[in-house]
Parts: sequence; C-alpha cells; structure tokens
Amino acid sequence: MLQVEVHHRFPGLALDISFEAAGGVTALFGRSGAGKTTVANAVAGLVRPDSGQIALNGRILSAPGIWTPPYRRRIGYVFQNTRLFPHMSVRKNLLYGAADDRHLPRVMDMLGIDHLLARHPQSLSGGEQQRVAIGRALLMNPELLIMDEPLSALDPARKAEILPWLERLRDEAGLPILYVSHSVAEVARLADRVVLIDAGRVARIGTPDLLLSDPALAPRLGPREAGGVLTGQVTEHADDGLTAIETPAGTLHLAADVAVGRTVRLRISAEDIVLSTRYPQGLSALNILPAQIDALHTEGAQMLVHLRLKGEAALVARITTRSASAMGLAENVRVFAILKSVALIHHS
Amino acid sequence: MDIFTAEEWQAIFLSLRVSAVATIASLPLGIFIAYILARCRFPGRDLLNAIVHLPLILPPVVTGYLLLITFGRRGPVGSALAEIGIVFSFNWTGAALAAAIMAFPLMVRAIRLSIEMIDQGIEAAASTLGASPLRVFATITLPLALPGIIAGTILAFAKAMGEFGATITFVSSIPGVTQTVPSAIYALLQAPGGEARALRLVGISVMISMGAILVSEILARRLARRMGS
Repeated sequence: MLQVEVHHRFPGLALDISFEAAGGVTALFGRSGAGKTTVANAVAGLVRPDSGQIALNGRILSAPGIWTPPYRRRIGYVFQNTRLFPHMSVRKNLLYGAADDRHLPRVMDMLGIDHLLARHPQSLSGGEQQRVAIGRALLMNPELLIMDEPLSALDPARKAEILPWLERLRDEAGLPILYVSHSVAEVARLADRVVLIDAGRVARIGTPDLLLSDPALAPRLGPREAGGVLTGQVTEHADDGLTAIETPAGTLHLAADVAVGRTVRLRISAEDIVLSTRYPQGLSALNILPAQIDALHTEGAQMLVHLRLKGEAALVARITTRSASAMGLAENVRVFAILKSVALIHHS
Repeated sequence: MDIFTAEEWQAIFLSLRVSAVATIASLPLGIFIAYILARCRFPGRDLLNAIVHLPLILPPVVTGYLLLITFGRRGPVGSALAEIGIVFSFNWTGAALAAAIMAFPLMVRAIRLSIEMIDQGIEAAASTLGASPLRVFATITLPLALPGIIAGTILAFAKAMGEFGATITFVSSIPGVTQTVPSAIYALLQAPGGEARALRLVGISVMISMGAILVSEILARRLARRMGS
C-alpha cells in the first residue's frame, strides 16, 4: 500500500496531491506539465517535497523531519529515457541493484532479453533498451515499481512491441506499479486505477472505464485523448472475419482475434466519430450507434459533442463548429454516431 | 648513451620523476576539487575556483616566490614540515610541488568539464537501484568521467614537464638535485657554445610531450570502445 500526500511549490505550478494505491497498476494520468513526474520523483526520493507524507507498506519514507534517501527506499524506477549505464554491459546493468543473479533467468525470460546480455546499451534498439531498464528495476526486488512514460520515447511500432511485456509484468510479477502517462491508450490498456492529475491537483480517481468515458473530463484529457471507452462481450465470429461485440450501447463489428464470451474494452477516439441527424444509408462504415446530445463545448473552430448512448454509455465526438450549426445540433437532439474506427485495447 | 652527458640524463630523469610524482600525487585532490566545483553549491565556491585557477594567471615567478616564502626553510609551513623531515626548498620534492601547483588548474578544469557532462539522471537511476552515494561515485561518476580524468592527467603531466619559472624561483637549478630539462636548457643557453646540446634537450622535450599526447589518444580510444560507442 502506497500512501502519498505531496505539497510542493515551484515556479508556475503548485502541487497538492494526495492518493492511495494498493496492488495492481495505478496510473498517474494527466497532460504534460500537470506535475505527474514530480509526484513520481517524490515517491522515489529524487525530489524532496516541501511538505506532506509518503508511506510505503507502513514504512514512512518522507514526512516532516523524516527523510529516507532513494537508495534505501526499495522502489524500482523505469525512466522515460531508460538511463541505462553506458559503460556497462546489459548483464551488469541488469544486476546493478540485485543481491545476486538468482532471479536473472526468470526476468530475462519474461522480458525476452536473454540474447542481449553481452551487448552494451548503445547498440540496442529503443524497445530493447526499455526492456532492459524494466529488468534492471525488477531485479533489485522492489516493493513498488514506478514507470514514468516508459513508452513515450518510442515510435508506434516499438510501443506495440513493448506493451505486451508490460501487460505480462502486471499479470505475472504481482508487484504494485505506479504508471505515469499522458496516453489514454496506455492507461486504458494497463491501469486498474487512474489518478487524474490536472494543474497540480487530483481531479478524479476511478477505474479507467469510468474516467476515460466521462464527458466532463474530456476537455482535461488533451486534444488527441478525448473519446471514450466501451466495454463489451464477444458474441460471434462471422465467416467474413469480423467479430461481433455486444456493448450496452449496441453491437459493434470489428476484426479481432478474441474468443467468444470474452470481455473486451474498446476505445473510440473523438476524431473518429462522425455525426448524422438521420440514419445514414449507403455508407461503408459498419458501426453506427444511436445517441442523444448531452452537451456541446466550443473550442474555437471545433466543438466537442458529448453523447449519451444506450445503457449509460458515453462518448465524445469532435466536429467543426460549422457542421454543428449547419446540422442544428443542440442539447437533447437525437443523432447517429458513425464510428470510423474502433480500437481493441484490452481483454481479460 | 653518449648523446647526452650524465648531467643531462639526470635532468631528463629528474623531470620525468618530478612530473610523474606531481601528477599522481595531485590527482586525488584534483578529482575531489573538480567534483565539488562541478556538483556542489556552497558559500566560497567562487573563491575556491579562483584560488585553483590562480597559478594559471599569476606570473610563474610570483607563484615560485610565494612558494618560497611559504614552504621555504624559514616559511611558516616549510619550517613546520622540516620538523617532521619533509623539506621542499632546494629539493626535488619542491620542484614536484611547484609543478603540481602550476599544473593543477589544467587538471581540475578537464576533470570538472567531464563531470559536468555526465547526465545526473544516470546517477539518480543508480541511487534508486540501492547504490549509496559512495557507490554511485565509484561505479558511475568516476568511470563516466574517466576520459576527462585521463585528459587532465596527461595535460598536467605535460605542463609539469615544461614548468620553469616557479620551479627555478622556488628550488633554483642545482644540477642533479633540482635541475629539470627546462632549467637545463636555460642553463645551456646562458653558457657560450651550449646551443647544440640545448637543441638535443629540446628534441627530447618534444618527444616526451608528443608521447604523452599519443598515449592519451590511445587510452581515450580504447575507453570509447569499451563503452561501446
């Protein structure tokens, strides 16, 4: 159990954060500059907060008059820019914080890095470097693992390569993880709990489903992160390769390799939703859901439209202000949401 | 062997010995001062920086004279050290002290720059992995600063080989005792007909300095390869 209360002032931002995190993955989520990394650094002992108290499993790490230096905290830290030791081989990097090499085979196997041992960090790809950094943090046998935007320095292909390893880590290592991110996709896929940080404060705490689909929070999520998450169940695999997924808002069809009966989470970006006042005909899009407009938020030439769907589901669409006025969109107007693309983010 | 007279050989070996001792003895202090100048913020830091750099801007004769009145037989430090059997004045150890002080700013500067180049995030990563500050210094900071430490050492050695003004002021130029290669060259040039022999000593000076630079290049390259870049 991690208990965090941090008050810290620095030019341009006052940080007043408090939350608790039990097992599983807790995401510190928010825009860049919201203060997420400072909180992570305070937990790790790399930043000394002005005041507050941080305790891990009953051990007080920092409080007025108490200060545990980072090397006595037993908190593993995976940094955005890996911070591997350039003058050491991968093997030496991995074992730097380890008492012995007993757990090396298991960690190497879990992260798929056994073939890299003799190499130096500079000769590895970005994804390999990040996997070594994760292994290095795991091998110190930490009580908590902090990951600060571990994927943000990687290109989409590398991200896709490393995400399964992170899921495996979450499911196999049984280690509480504090995951700092500004990416909805990563948080929706990995987190059990989300702490939404906005301008130095905790805006909300909840499950990813609840938080990411909450229209009230859409403006705080950043321009490309708005949208929504739908949870559904796989009901059928059609002969043409498409899978039917039953959600409270309606049935969706997409190409997905998931067994019938499994529960899945689907993410729809606000950019990928087209609105129509009538049921569209002669359209290639397969996934069309009826909805009612809850609220409209103007953002210059663009507009965020908050949609209420069947079964308490919610989505946010982004359209131009010109279209909205041409279509006569207003609160309580009934529309059809045409989903141009639906991403499968998680199945458990 | 007959290229040089016995006296000239003495000067060459004395120069090597003085420079080696000056460099090796001042290296730990040089790393320490470079580290605190690069990393620590404390009152008097600018003053310390100025004192370290003083020999670089003072006329060497002035440095030599200051050494003479401080470390000379009747100087406050010199007389105290003489009690316990350490004598600097008119002794080869004095030449080493003068050379060390003159070379110190160059050594500190090179090491300090390389410490400043180290990403402190890497040291922070080591501390989250359970390494105490001492272990971080020994296993991360020091190895990563090694190129600068080598460069600073070689630079200091070359500077010590060439030190003349402070040395001759502090310990004079006694053949076989304190007469280094530069002092010997100066002495030869003062005597009629000494130019040809002076030129041979100039030649060996150039060779030793070139050798030092070559060695530092080879070490730097080997180091770079070991770091895998």
